Amino acid sequence: MSKQILELKNVSKIYGSLKALADINLKVNAGDWLSIMGPSGSGKTTMINIIGCMDTPSTGSVILDGVDISRENASSLTRIRRDKIGLIFQQFHLISYLTAVENVMVAQYYHSMPDEAEAMEALEKVGLKDRARHLPAQLSGGEQQRVCIARALINSPEILLGDEPTGNLDEENEGIVVDIFRRLHDEGVTIIIVTHDPEVGDVAQRKIILEHGRVIQDIDQTSTFGQALKIHHE
Amino acid sequence: MFWHMVFKTVIRQKSKMLMIAFTVILGVSLSTAMMNVMLGVGDKVNRELKVYGANITVRHKDAALMNDLYGLNEGVGVNDKFLFEEDVLKLKTIFWGFNILDFAPMLEGKAVMNLPGKNSPAVDVKINGTWIAKHNTLSTGEELDTGLKALRTWWDVKGEWLNESRDDEVMFGNLLAEKSGVKIGDVIALNGRNFIVKGIFTDGGDADEEILMTLAAAQSVLKLSGKISSIEVSALTTPDNDLAKKAAQNPKSLSPDEYETWYCTAYVSAICHQIQEVIRDGVAKPVRQVAESEGTILNKTTLLMILITILSSIGSALAISNLITASVIERSQELGLLKALGAYNWQIALLVLVEVMITGLFGGIFGYFLGIGFAQVIGQTVFGSYIEIAQMVILIVGVILFFVTLAGSIPAIRYLMALKPTEVLHGK
Ligand SMILES: Nc1ncnc2c1ncn2[C@@H]1O[C@H](COP(=O)(O)OP(=O)(O)O)[C@@H](O)[C@H]1O
Ligand SMILES: [Mg+2]
Repeated sequence: MSKQILELKNVSKIYGSLKALADINLKVNAGDWLSIMGPSGSGKTTMINIIGCMDTPSTGSVILDGVDISRENASSLTRIRRDKIGLIFQQFHLISYLTAVENVMVAQYYHSMPDEAEAMEALEKVGLKDRARHLPAQLSGGEQQRVCIARALINSPEILLGDEPTGNLDEENEGIVVDIFRRLHDEGVTIIIVTHDPEVGDVAQRKIILEHGRVIQDIDQTSTFGQALKIHHE
Repeated sequence: MFWHMVFKTVIRQKSKMLMIAFTVILGVSLSTAMMNVMLGVGDKVNRELKVYGANITVRHKDAALMNDLYGLNEGVGVNDKFLFEEDVLKLKTIFWGFNILDFAPMLEGKAVMNLPGKNSPAVDVKINGTWIAKHNTLSTGEELDTGLKALRTWWDVKGEWLNESRDDEVMFGNLLAEKSGVKIGDVIALNGRNFIVKGIFTDGGDADEEILMTLAAAQSVLKLSGKISSIEVSALTTPDNDLAKKAAQNPKSLSPDEYETWYCTAYVSAICHQIQEVIRDGVAKPVRQVAESEGTILNKTTLLMILITILSSIGSALAISNLITASVIERSQELGLLKALGAYNWQIALLVLVEVMITGLFGGIFGYFLGIGFAQVIGQTVFGSYIEIAQMVILIVGVILFFVTLAGSIPAIRYLMALKPTEVLHGK
């Protein structure tokens, strides 16, 4: 039985009269791979922001690695995010004037200290060692997102969070990125990914579906998990 | 990493950074020029003002005391204490003798005036004898022409100036001439001696009610051979500073080093002190009127310069603040990303501040040298001379620049602080 890394207890996020999240309860164990799916506007991004310490819930509490982050101030949230969370976005968000390896090193810089050898190693893991000196504009979308994954993982976070990380990628690149997730999962990284894409959603161990800010389905996919892996490996 | 990002950003945003640098260049060059002119101008204005007259008067110590006590000016009757004409040329022997430009001994007194050929009654009049334009040979062999003519450049004279070598000529102040109905060419008698009226002058002050003659003539009319009542001195002086003010109150309060510095600087108080060392019984005092007008002109110039500096600083701060805010808004995604990656607010603020400060520094250095150039142009065109560059301007301008860029960065930094990564990173 692995330890629990994240728990949301009665979490709501209210914008005026709108409940973006309504009384969410969720437990995630270390090493889990969770997909969050649901129609547009159902609260997926809101949930990721709260888990990623970029936003706080209106009510309820969020326990991340034993700490209740729902009542922390902005600078503690920054510190917790820096130490425990790796983020990837749909839009990639690389710094345009820095090379791939420098983009990875920025995350090291704000975490502790830039270490180029380590940053190169991270790029090698995502298969971009030979592209390390390229600027983002010289890389394909898939390559850019792999740089982002390397950047998200460089400080060994507890959780890798992605908000539609394959939303801007073609099928081939989507496959490459999913492969990387799979490897990370094997290494024991906790992965939480928001996605629109059923294929990406289906490869996870577990899938929750949101609608109007509520979890309407919580599907354990462990039985098909190995299956999905095989399908993709062929 | 930090510097790498700073320099990359500065280069990538070069058009905005150039604008910031340009704003700084304008502000700094203006301030540098103004401050250098302001600090260098004291001397220049003083030199300009010299033409308005003597700036030191030497009197007998007792007469000077009476003046101070009772505010009596031309102390007729009080003035029975005299200086010696033979001491006058010693003025050129003092340490700052070279700065003594012109001087004139004066003998003032009352005489009884008769107008021969008219049957008006005799009246008491004030007479004043002086050197008009006397040729002197100093003990050093140096030749020197000096006298009242050089000290009264503003006089409006009808007829002719007196001739130094003629003891039978007088000039009338215009008020006295009018009152007594005297015209150029008339003959008058003073204490029984006849004089021809050569000219009528307008001074604008008390002198308009006096009769002017050569010193020799006055000494003979008043029967005061070799005596004078005062000396007017025109001298080039250095504007007073704290040391000079302290010395003016009491030279004995100075330390030996301070005394040395003060004595060897052309402060008006130092020159007065040195004059008293050579003129027996003399007390030398700066003429207040001139000193004050100097002060007001200097104050006004200073005020103007300070105003220009303040305005250009405010202008720069506003322009810089617009540019930086625009630059930060343009980069909000990047800066939001840095926050998401774990950068604290202060780290991002520092990043932006350092970028601006570096740009400001380059602009500042360039602007400083440009400003020194401006100062020289102003010096040449307005004051006709080179302006001494004051080192302390670098410091002042540097401090002003620092605070102006800091103030200009405030809106951008407030924007940064409030920036939420979620607002800029999930945009479609
Ligand atoms: N800052 C905000 N202010 C007001 N409403 C918001 C804000 N952020 C999200 N919402 C609303 O909350 C709901 C959930 O949004 P979001 O979590 O972005 O959905 P999803 O990512 O599932 O598409 C939407 O109706 C959205 O309009
Ligand atoms: Mg979303």
